[in-house]
Amino acid sequence: MHSREHQRKFGFDWIIIVLFLLLVVFGWLNIMSASHEGEIGSYFDMSQLYGKHAVFVGLTFVLIILILSVEAKFYERFASVIYIIAMLALVGLFIFGKDVNGARSWYGIGSMTIQPSEFAKFATALAVAKYMSDLQTNMSTILDQLKAVALIMLPAVLILLQNDAGSTIVYASFFFVFYREGLQQIYLAIAISAIVLAVLALKFGILITGVIATIGVFSSYFFRRKKRASLLQSVVILLVCISFSAGVRLFYEHVLKPHQQNRISLWLRLEKDPAKLERMKKEEAYNLIQSEQAISSGGWAGKGFLQGTRTTGKFVPEQHTDYIFSTVGEEWGFLGSTFVIILFMALIIRVLYLAESQKSIFSRVYGYGVASILFIHFTINTGMVMGLIPTVGIPLPFFSYGGSGLWGFTILLFIFVKLDSNKINEW
Amino acid sequence: MRKILLLLTVIIVGLLFISRLFYLQVYKQEAYSLYEDTAIRKVFDYPKRGYVYDRNGKLLVANQPSYDVMIIPREVEPLDTLEFCQLLKITKADFLKKFNRAKNYSPRLPSPFVPQLSKKDYAVLQEKMRKFDGFYIQKRSLRDYQTSIGANVLGDLGEVNQRTIEKQPYYGLGDLIGKQGIELSYEDVLKGIKGIKFIQKDRFNKNIGPYKEGRFDTLPRPGKDIKITIDAELQKYGELLMTNKRGGIVAIDPSNGEILALVSGPSYNPNLLVGRSRSKNFTELYRDSIAKPLFDRGLQAQYPPGSPFKVINALIALQEGVMTPTENVSCRMGYYYGSRKLTGCHHHRSPVDMNSGIALSCNAYFVTAYRKIIDNHPDTGKGMNIWAAHAKSFGLGDYLGYDLPVGQKGRIPDGDYYDRAYGANRWGSTYVVSNAIGQGEVEATPIQLANMVAAIGNRGYYYTPHIIKEIEGDSIPSKFTTRRQTTIDKQHFEPVVQGMFDVYNIGTAASLRIPGIDICGKTGTAENFINIDSVKTQLTDHSIFVAFAPKDNPKIAIAVFVENGYWGSRFAGRMASLMIEKYINGTITRTDMENWILTHSLENEYAKPYSGKPFRINGETTLQVIDKIQAPKDDDINNSINIITNRSKL
Repeated sequence: MHSREHQRKFGFDWIIIVLFLLLVVFGWLNIMSASHEGEIGSYFDMSQLYGKHAVFVGLTFVLIILILSVEAKFYERFASVIYIIAMLALVGLFIFGKDVNGARSWYGIGSMTIQPSEFAKFATALAVAKYMSDLQTNMSTILDQLKAVALIMLPAVLILLQNDAGSTIVYASFFFVFYREGLQQIYLAIAISAIVLAVLALKFGILITGVIATIGVFSSYFFRRKKRASLLQSVVILLVCISFSAGVRLFYEHVLKPHQQNRISLWLRLEKDPAKLERMKKEEAYNLIQSEQAISSGGWAGKGFLQGTRTTGKFVPEQHTDYIFSTVGEEWGFLGSTFVIILFMALIIRVLYLAESQKSIFSRVYGYGVASILFIHFTINTGMVMGLIPTVGIPLPFFSYGGSGLWGFTILLFIFVKLDSNKINEW
Repeated sequence: MRKILLLLTVIIVGLLFISRLFYLQVYKQEAYSLYEDTAIRKVFDYPKRGYVYDRNGKLLVANQPSYDVMIIPREVEPLDTLEFCQLLKITKADFLKKFNRAKNYSPRLPSPFVPQLSKKDYAVLQEKMRKFDGFYIQKRSLRDYQTSIGANVLGDLGEVNQRTIEKQPYYGLGDLIGKQGIELSYEDVLKGIKGIKFIQKDRFNKNIGPYKEGRFDTLPRPGKDIKITIDAELQKYGELLMTNKRGGIVAIDPSNGEILALVSGPSYNPNLLVGRSRSKNFTELYRDSIAKPLFDRGLQAQYPPGSPFKVINALIALQEGVMTPTENVSCRMGYYYGSRKLTGCHHHRSPVDMNSGIALSCNAYFVTAYRKIIDNHPDTGKGMNIWAAHAKSFGLGDYLGYDLPVGQKGRIPDGDYYDRAYGANRWGSTYVVSNAIGQGEVEATPIQLANMVAAIGNRGYYYTPHIIKEIEGDSIPSKFTTRRQTTIDKQHFEPVVQGMFDVYNIGTAASLRIPGIDICGKTGTAENFINIDSVKTQLTDHSIFVAFAPKDNPKIAIAVFVENGYWGSRFAGRMASLMIEKYINGTITRTDMENWILTHSLENEYAKPYSGKPFRINGETTLQVIDKIQAPKDDDINNSINIITNRSKL
């Protein structure tokens, strides 16, 4: 294995770099389709969004060279500092931030805007890696678990307070990291149960959920001979399940804003009254319906680059940012969309594979963080655009228009490329 | 497990997404069509509809522009309804009704909101149209009739209905399609092909330019002009003569089957069925169930043909060899079977041979001939069938196959018909003698009778009557240029033709001779009945006349039917005679005869059955005399000579 690693040019993993380049270039082409006004003159027309994005891509290469030329140890050593700076940047938004679409998540510098939450992701990944690689940290103790959770809760809460619920969800991806690093099995069981219970409670109500939970808990009690919970424990578990379901319903009915309720209601098909459903679809599902129609109209091989009628007509709002995947669907069809999905799967799996091969715990945990963050973005974004997941506004990594997002993901990925290239230097 | 949880999740999610894409893009997706793409607006450019000319090249039907206000309900934004309604001259309630109707049809497809604006309304509206999102103006072309005659032939255009759209996707809601007459039968020739422009829309439904620089756009292809066989002058004259009468006149050129005139009375001005008032006027015409102006009496009315049918029996008798032209039949004011009188007859000299039998229209002569034909075969049913086959070879008893959209089969009964009515072998020739004189079960439409005399004039063949003379850049269907032979040999026609010629010389139409033209004709008088409050009541007889002229190489064959006109030469004979003179000579020398027709009306006669009072018929009545009907001027297209008058009285 070592001998093969030695052969890599400059020690970098070129598979990741090639996948990255493919995604960025293909993303840029689709932004061109989705954003051009009138005829395409120059590819670098700065009055058009795709021209601006070309500049962002150009600057990305500068950024990559910078990241790769810094010594690998720097990232481990300064992880805490980077994390603190990122958190301060998030806090600063409350004072200096700019409101865009109701979310206070931007700094305005002249005509430029910067979104610090995009950079908080890699900073948090670094901090988590740093904390977990500490010899003192033991993820099987409750206290250390809480400390690790606190690291991710801080940015998550700050971002939530800035009214950017979508970006908050991203931090849930660290569950995969914690689990990999020794979080007890029970948490996985709890997480899966919680998701199942929440969906059941919303879809069928508390009564049916309670019945299902009772059957589940007691069948476990009667049929598991080894390591089974006592009767009292089972009753307590059941009570927790039922009160959790009730909590989910209360949360859905009284805490969530109406538009969030509608999104979930549409996703789980909760609304039965056709008139109300129609109105809800008009208000909330417009993007979704347009996006699905655009993807669907692409057919097997798509309508061709710059030939999408729905893309040209700008039928899908936010198509160059969060809904960029619908452009792929319309213009490149099933073949092109599948290609993009395979690119993302390959990238994530490659990062995972390399993470597992790291000797340093810091590099491994960081790599896991990278894979998890990319995975959750990819899943939520494409899932939403295809109508499989309720609408959550987060970008598709390397694809969506925007400098902050592109740079945030580039830094996230290339710090790992650098760490990975350094593993042969470690003892 | 710890190491592979994320890996597993990634693979599962990836596969799930790919299957979702497969469902959306491959499984669910129908073949992409630009026409179905809701992101592309389709704008139609309507072609010129083909013009219609008469046989002499006179323009009868042209086009005029029309402007429809169209609506796409989904795209309508809140608007100043008061102003909009004022511009369109509709009420707020109308607006809501129309809006809901369009929305029910389809929120995203265009449907007509206010069709056929006048040029003036259009000019005012056009400037303000941009204020009303979701509405636009579609230019179309309407018919512009250059004449007030021939409504039954020319037909009209109307909005295409939903069923037709489903069957023929070429048409869209609000498109015009031929509904009657030649507009219907030559729709495909006249309509042309509409052009289409594809325009890229954005999600606010704004046009953002031609789709692909108009690469797929097409230009409209204009409809073809046609020339019809109608002689506008003759048609107009026929309609003038038919004023205040009900019935039909069909004139055919026997040498080629061209329909020279097709008059149906009462008629209406074709301009009534153009523009915004079309539906109101159409409903009014449609609802008139007594005068039935939309009923083409020349094509659709089945009458007992009466005496003109006798000549067919004469021909069949000669062909079957059961009689000779010189054979005499005596007539004692009727035909007697034993001591029973089967058919009456009028007073004339006796005995008669074939020539005078026809000329004097002797009933006894033809019952004799008819019974001989049928009883010539040992099986009466078979004999009846032989007779029916001969009669049908003249185009009777079935659709003629002409190129106008309406018609009737008429009826020539055969053996099976009477087997069904009486039971097999339970009837004999004496049961069905009425057929001998064109009464009883025999029925024919005026055009069938005209075709029948054309075949006699041709001595044994005819061409399927037709209305189309020329199609721009195309030939007319070959079935109209194919000779149809009757089952009667040529030599048998001469005695019959001579008899019809003598009708004018010594017979029932002696008063109708035209100096210089040899006419062969036959009068007819047909009894008819109506149910008034379920009581079968006899009305004044129908006046019938058929003729062809000249005797050799005829140029015109004509059938005239005047409902309740009494005896044959009283109305129908006079009208046929005038029509022949008009066509062959171009001028009328017998102005007294013309005056008589134009100063006598049958409206009183038609009102009788609906008066609720007892009434008299035939000879016990006096004819209504009116002021002379004036022919309208040529350019006066707003007045129809033949429009139903006094409709409110009926």
